[in-house]
Amino acid sequence: MRFGILVFPGTWSDTDCHHAVSGVLGQEADYIWHKADSVDGYDAIIVPGGFSYGDYLRAGAIARFSPVMGAVRDFADAGGLVIGICNGFQILCEAGLLPGALRRNGHLEYRCQWTHLRTESANTPFTSRCGVGQPLAVPVSHGEGNYYADASTIARLEEQGRILFRYCEPDGVVTDAANPNGSVDNIAGIINEGRNVLGMMPHPERSCEALLGSDDGNLIFGSMIDAVSAR
Amino acid sequence: MPVTKEILDEIALSRAEYDMIVDRLDREPNPVELGMFGALWSEHCGYKHSRPLLGLLPSRSSRTLSQAGAENAGAIDIGNGLAVVFKVESHNHPSAVEPLQGAATGVGGIVRDILAMGARPIALLNSLRFGPPDSAANRRLLKGVVDGIGWYGNCIGVPDVAGEIYFDDCYAQNPLVNAMCVGIARIEDLASAAADRPGDVLLLAGAGTGRDGIHGASGLASRTFEEEQELRPTVQVGNPFLEKSLIEACLEALATGRVRALQDLGAAGLTSAAVESAARGGRGIALDINQVHRRESGMTGYEVMLSESQERMLLAAAPENVPAIREVFDKWDIVCRPVGAVTEAPYALVTDGAQPIASAPVAHLTDAPRYRLDGRPSADAAERQRLRLRDVPVPADAGATLLQLLASPNVASRQGVYRQYDHQVQTNTVVGPGAGDAAVLRIKGTSQAIAVAIDGNGRQCFLDPYRGAQMVVAEVTRNLSCVGAEPLALTDCLNFGNPERPEIYYQLEQSIRGMARACRALGVPVVSGNASLYNESQGTAIFPTPIVGGLGLLEDARRHCGAGFPEAGLAVVLLGADQLTARASDLAGSEYLNTVHGLVKGRPRIDLALERRVQGFCRRLIADGLAKSAHDCSDGGLAVAVAECCTLGNGRIDGSRTVGFVATDELTRNIPARWDAALFGEATSRILIAVELDRLGGILASADAAGVPATILGRTEGERMRIDGLLDLPVEDLAGAWFGGLNNALQ
Repeated sequence: MRFGILVFPGTWSDTDCHHAVSGVLGQEADYIWHKADSVDGYDAIIVPGGFSYGDYLRAGAIARFSPVMGAVRDFADAGGLVIGICNGFQILCEAGLLPGALRRNGHLEYRCQWTHLRTESANTPFTSRCGVGQPLAVPVSHGEGNYYADASTIARLEEQGRILFRYCEPDGVVTDAANPNGSVDNIAGIINEGRNVLGMMPHPERSCEALLGSDDGNLIFGSMIDAVSAR
Repeated sequence: MPVTKEILDEIALSRAEYDMIVDRLDREPNPVELGMFGALWSEHCGYKHSRPLLGLLPSRSSRTLSQAGAENAGAIDIGNGLAVVFKVESHNHPSAVEPLQGAATGVGGIVRDILAMGARPIALLNSLRFGPPDSAANRRLLKGVVDGIGWYGNCIGVPDVAGEIYFDDCYAQNPLVNAMCVGIARIEDLASAAADRPGDVLLLAGAGTGRDGIHGASGLASRTFEEEQELRPTVQVGNPFLEKSLIEACLEALATGRVRALQDLGAAGLTSAAVESAARGGRGIALDINQVHRRESGMTGYEVMLSESQERMLLAAAPENVPAIREVFDKWDIVCRPVGAVTEAPYALVTDGAQPIASAPVAHLTDAPRYRLDGRPSADAAERQRLRLRDVPVPADAGATLLQLLASPNVASRQGVYRQYDHQVQTNTVVGPGAGDAAVLRIKGTSQAIAVAIDGNGRQCFLDPYRGAQMVVAEVTRNLSCVGAEPLALTDCLNFGNPERPEIYYQLEQSIRGMARACRALGVPVVSGNASLYNESQGTAIFPTPIVGGLGLLEDARRHCGAGFPEAGLAVVLLGADQLTARASDLAGSEYLNTVHGLVKGRPRIDLALERRVQGFCRRLIADGLAKSAHDCSDGGLAVAVAECCTLGNGRIDGSRTVGFVATDELTRNIPARWDAALFGEATSRILIAVELDRLGGILASADAAGVPATILGRTEGERMRIDGLLDLPVEDLAGAWFGGLNNALQ
């Protein structure tokens, strides 16, 4: 399959995502400059991490106005797979493709560390290779990953099975201590109502090789490959 | 022009140096010229006091690709057609004045040094020194510096993989912020900073030029400073977002093959970048400051030439290549404008439109005077070295002393700091901060990995600069060896007081001589570096603090080693000593003496031949898969090293487990009467390894054959650290003290 990886000024996980899906998983992958007005020809779009436009003003707030984001919205509306990682999650929230917002971490510090994610639903194109409840070792690196949405939105996400990942202990138990940023209900990743757009703060592209500590991230990208090839 | 002492003081030139300028020009310099001379003849740019001594350091090996000083950073051939480029640089004084921006722009500056080599920055390291954390002012400096390093480094997507922090009173007024950057490039893609082709266009790319940082090089980096308030406007302000785009645009422009030379604008801004590029190429430059894009109006020529606005690069290219290069920068929304040309005649000519505002021979500008002074040790140097064990009382309790050391600010885990830095971006980090004695980064597309570490030990250098500096080189290479990497080359940052004082010059000279000796003995050249002198306030200097960054290579990235004990049932062996010693020299400058007894005394010693054998043997064990963990004995000595290995445990991401330790009966029986010196002494050249029990006999035999003394210390077992008769503590308590120590100190 063919991944398209967006590049904004200030993006830095673009090459890491490229290495993961192409170098490790052997798929085709291209970079898409933020001034492009089309994402035609791609099976999935990755909105990678970084500090798009320096995150000046607010994380993701400027990137959402880049020309490519209009194309990404059309792509998502047509059912295309979109995964937003870290700054990509922030951009998707700012663009209205996902509900809620990412606030500054509760302890006010940037955090780069390994976390574990409890897979809450396997019935999505991003988690079909995971079991429900399976903990995935995936690291975080952010200063503003504290997911927030109002109570009714959280209830709706819960009800529709759209909370995909929660921060948990290595054994899969969800605890306050396992939450690196203070996010509501330990939320680490959510999907849209159409179940084709995922936003997550942790970096699955950093956990695709055992040499680097974990290859659990392959389960997420691998699920996407399965979903596309099943079409 | 009537030049007053005030003017000369402002640009940190002496009257004799001014007279030298008049003599060379055969006239009085105008203000712009004087500013240019002042900046280029500053200690920061001109190395007036350090350059003659730096020649003592070996700078070449079979792997060096550039001569130290000839380009912006040292380059090392790691095989597979790849070069690793690295350098450490100080940003001490700016960080003292404005810690967040000072540290941030220190990171930005060293990244551009690496970029100027045509290399992609792949790792950052830093070495920090502050006054004790019990003062709010020191805590504020630490927080600002850490925030600045994190803010800048995280935003540009270069992982911060290793570092060190130490506290001592001597750094209270003069904190040290040394930043190191490592980059990688294909050897044939290495860029040059030599503008050597007349007619080439000079392009200035990046941020608009403003009034920030004027006199940074001469004012901040080259003088002692008393009145920090007055210096505030000279600290630069960073824009990491622009830096990230500048990195990508410069690498993309270089990839077109159309860039002849690339140079960063650092200390002394456009003056230094343009003049030094011309000097490297043996040519001249003509600059029109009217073409320099600016962020403020009404700037004088003087201000434009000396501005230290960040995130700027100077490129040289043939006229026909300029449009293609500018197209790349346009894509990244970065301003890139022609500001001048390379000229045949070796003159620096600066104009404002058609009007000349400065003109001087390039050689006169760059050939700063060099001073070789007479150093002599301070009057109390001998007294400081006098240490007798009987003058040091034995503490009441070994366990309590161990916990006190583990929790002390100089020993405690740095986790609270490094987790604020992205240490994984670029997905190469195999061993990150805290997990091993050095960071290990795999090289994509090869089976190789590099290791990087940074070290310094001001206390030992204060007690004996010659031996202390040898120990710094030994420690950084030992840290590389402990992860399984062969040390290839070093970079150094020389942080000292005012070299015009004989006792400081003595420290500088002895330290460099000591480093040179250790480099030769251990087979590593120093390929890049920086000097930061004048680190003193109110007549009190910092400890002589040479900081050394090291680069090592692992041919097989998988054959690396962490510091923690991975499991129970392993034998723990000390390489480098056939018994536990308790000599006064082991305590010299030790953390134990400092923390428990409030003393900085003694005369350390090191055997470099033994050091080399121990490191080589440790690397062999790791390459052969025989060492399950390796950790050097440094701050806090053997007991602290064992406690750290227990606490780090298996370090597994899916649930880390600590591992206990039980000393052998034989060790327990043979603990010297001065157990404090044995447990907490910092005798050098010692590495703690864990090996499988059934391999122990063979390993000891090969150690013996390799001339490496070894002692069986005990085995990994249970959940306590036990040396019967001396201490018996739950690992949980050790971990609590070690992990909580720094945070508690910073509350």
